[in-house]
Amino acid sequence: MKVDPAQVEEIARELYVRALKILPPDVKEGFARLAATERDATAKGVLGTMITNIRVAEETENLLCQDTGIPIYNVTIGRGVEIAGVDLERAIRRGCERATREHSLRSSVVHPITRRNEHTSCGPGVPAIHFGFCDDERLVIEMVPKGSGSENNSWLRMAIPAEGVNAIKAFVVDCVIEAGGKTCPPTIVGVGVGGTSDLCMALAKRAATRPLGTPCADPDGASMEASLTEAVNMLGVGPQGLGGDSTAFAVHVEIAATHITMNPVAVNMQCHSARRASASITPAGVEFGF
Amino acid sequence: MTHHVLRTPITEAQARALRVNDTVTLEGTLFGIRDANQIALFDHGRSTRFDMRGHAALHTAPNVRKVAPSPEHPTGYAPLCVGTTTSARMERFTQPLLEKLGVRLIVGKGGLGAASLQAFARHGGAYLAVIGGTAALETTWVEAIEDVDMDDLNPESLWKFRVKGFGPLLVAMDSDGASLYEAVDREARARRADALARLGVK
Repeated sequence: MKVDPAQVEEIARELYVRALKILPPDVKEGFARLAATERDATAKGVLGTMITNIRVAEETENLLCQDTGIPIYNVTIGRGVEIAGVDLERAIRRGCERATREHSLRSSVVHPITRRNEHTSCGPGVPAIHFGFCDDERLVIEMVPKGSGSENNSWLRMAIPAEGVNAIKAFVVDCVIEAGGKTCPPTIVGVGVGGTSDLCMALAKRAATRPLGTPCADPDGASMEASLTEAVNMLGVGPQGLGGDSTAFAVHVEIAATHITMNPVAVNMQCHSARRASASITPAGVEFGF
Repeated sequence: MTHHVLRTPITEAQARALRVNDTVTLEGTLFGIRDANQIALFDHGRSTRFDMRGHAALHTAPNVRKVAPSPEHPTGYAPLCVGTTTSARMERFTQPLLEKLGVRLIVGKGGLGAASLQAFARHGGAYLAVIGGTAALETTWVEAIEDVDMDDLNPESLWKFRVKGFGPLLVAMDSDGASLYEAVDREARARRADALARLGVK
């Protein structure tokens, strides 16, 4: 399957705007679940406003949240996909710039030292573009606009083997307490366990942006997710940090093997506006989803 | 728990009458403040031509579209999506906002800390919580961008919005030293041991 860079550019543009306007169905279901079980009156009201906002955004075709985030594109390249890597990368970047200009999105991206904003949502190394591979003949592009309220609450701890799995669990609980209302809870708490320091952080991001209801592929990771979800929701932080049962939709864990001397854990959170959009290009055409 | 409809600017007495768990709807002028414009104002000695005395200031940087100036859009900016950012980053600016610029109300999300709580008590102010991440709804409360200053910092300009029925907002920190965030944080730390016990961590 030959893929035209112009088509990738168009899709990259479309995905940024779609992600900012339509919340994925699994997150909407997550809201319904929390609203049904929340016991605190203030928290019920806060969740109700969040649910109303999802409807207003769709009705007015407006952005769910003003934070257009740091743009992230996750690209999965299947067998038989023909496009030069550099063309693919440039096309995504151009699509991201065009979305910003043509929709008139707020560019939330600045140079880290000069703080200069080019008003393109792009800059050195941004959008973040990650590549993975799959067996089918398809090119999948997922777009995640990562909001800063949650991103500013990211942690890495290089624990040691003598501290065991308890260090991982306690760290997650402490991060949720520390984050309080700053991350726009209810959140998806992404936890990376293992790997190197950089891989551990990347795992946490992957976990935070995974669809709700998809358990960790590793059975020990999955079992840790269930107990951590229960534990962080015992803390009473609640939606917006104003108190209540609904602190997190879920805790998601992603794992990688690590060194015999290492026990790293990373936490990255996704806010309640857990936005993402994806498109799959196959020989049959393009299909947009989440 | 009282509901207050406040038309800005307000007096010190009106600000001091607010108590946590009260609700507020704002009418009239609402200023938009942000990291970059407060760094410029309070660290780099820049000044604004806006008179913010008695006013409310929202932690925001909006999505706007450039349009031809008209009575509806006097600055040539149409508001597309106006929402609220995390307040905590701007903690150290609460004191000068109240003391130097005379701001009475800060509208934000996620809460502010101890220094801000002291500033609210000293100068007579309060923190009003908007529900973060609900910008599509919040935008329906914004009538127009009336004016803009320090626009070289765009989108972190100093914005002057005209709002109608902006709320309900929850009074989450008041001039009497009460903070809902502090109470929730204290409670969460008290529950930490139970959460760890659930995880089998001793």
